[in-house]
Amino acid sequence: MSVTTYHPGTSWLHAVPAGPKLLGLALAVTGVLLTSHVAVVGTELAITALLYPATRMPFRLLWRNTRVLLPFLALVVAFQLLTATWQKSLVIGGQLLIVVLLAGLVTATTKVSTMLVLFERLARPLARVGVSPRRVALVLALTIRCIPLVASAWHTSSDAYRARGMRRTSWRVVVPVIVRLLRSAEALGEAITARGVAVDQPVSRHDQR
Amino acid sequence: MIRVEGVHHSYDDHPVLHGIDLTLTESRVGIIGANGSGKSTLARMLNGLVIPERGRVLVDGLDTRKHGHRIRQRVGFVFPDADTQIIMPTVAEDVAIGLSGRGLSKADVARRTTDILARYGLAAHHDRPAHLLSGGQKQMLALAAVLVTEPEILICDEPTTLLDLRNVTLVVETLKALPQQVILLTHHLDILHDFDRVLVIDEGRLAFDGAPSEAVDHYRALVSAGGTAPGRNTPR
Repeated sequence: MSVTTYHPGTSWLHAVPAGPKLLGLALAVTGVLLTSHVAVVGTELAITALLYPATRMPFRLLWRNTRVLLPFLALVVAFQLLTATWQKSLVIGGQLLIVVLLAGLVTATTKVSTMLVLFERLARPLARVGVSPRRVALVLALTIRCIPLVASAWHTSSDAYRARGMRRTSWRVVVPVIVRLLRSAEALGEAITARGVAVDQPVSRHDQR
Repeated sequence: MIRVEGVHHSYDDHPVLHGIDLTLTESRVGIIGANGSGKSTLARMLNGLVIPERGRVLVDGLDTRKHGHRIRQRVGFVFPDADTQIIMPTVAEDVAIGLSGRGLSKADVARRTTDILARYGLAAHHDRPAHLLSGGQKQMLALAAVLVTEPEILICDEPTTLLDLRNVTLVVETLKALPQQVILLTHHLDILHDFDRVLVIDEGRLAFDGAPSEAVDHYRALVSAGGTAPGRNTPR
């Protein structure tokens, strides 16, 4: 399952609090998207790639984050080649890659719980219109938690389909996958209740770095 | 102490529990029965996850119908599939989430999380994504995440069903060493031999209530007879 997850470490980027880190990401992404020259985007991409060793992230993480995007990147670049110039296709492909690599770096150096505390703080104004910030944070946590559950449901249903003699996974597995996910969602809800998780209390602040 | 008084329950007009009366005071209580016998519904009633249609369940005098949240802070619950019990993405975060809203400081939450992970052999997985743990490790995490809240009673609904023999042994030894009252639902009959009391649930009724060896014999006879109880023991 290719989802960038937290890599414990003591680099300078690990030490940056989540708020400034996300603000930095937003500014960097905006800056990258405003550039339109191949050479500039190439330089930005090189700098982004260098940020991985500079934060003591393993090379395999850089490769994994790139590999995940490759099929989508190929489609985008091919489409741009057909409809625009090769320079434009390289700029857009490069920008996409930079954004994903930067986001991956932020995810790898920030604990989910730290992010949630930040999101909960950012969502506080919503309390005025009756939205619980705690619930917003919990929904985000559950969304991240559910990614491997969705992947697992897909693999299980695909394997069951092929085990019964079908050659390839078909769209028919979508229904059992959805049924499986609905069951998982129900069980997760039950677990949240059973564990006495206080939905309207602040998220655990056991590590807010 | 848990008291179950005249409990009846049904799902979509299909009755699952008929007039259960129990008082559970023993340190180790086992519950056995076939799939669909109603034992999981009964277990879920003990910490207020399911509210009985008729009758009531009291935990230390608190009615699950009125005091669900307070009861769930006293009565921990472990599910059969640890995967669906894990709420947060990483191991430490999942343990810590159960401590939220309990008025603990950041340092206390961190200390209790680290301690419980060390106690259950998960210290090395502190910041690891929970979905990457093995089946046995996930069940130990589920157990640790419940025990970190220091419940007075622990209900385990078939926690060993999806585990191999080594992990079954690990979970069972862990449960047996706990100071809490443990109510264990299981299909692994051999692990109940040193329990204080075992209940057999059959078609929503208490078919037997007594010593482990007699309960297991009764259950086996029940299964051999195709679900008909050869002779019902008088419930306590």
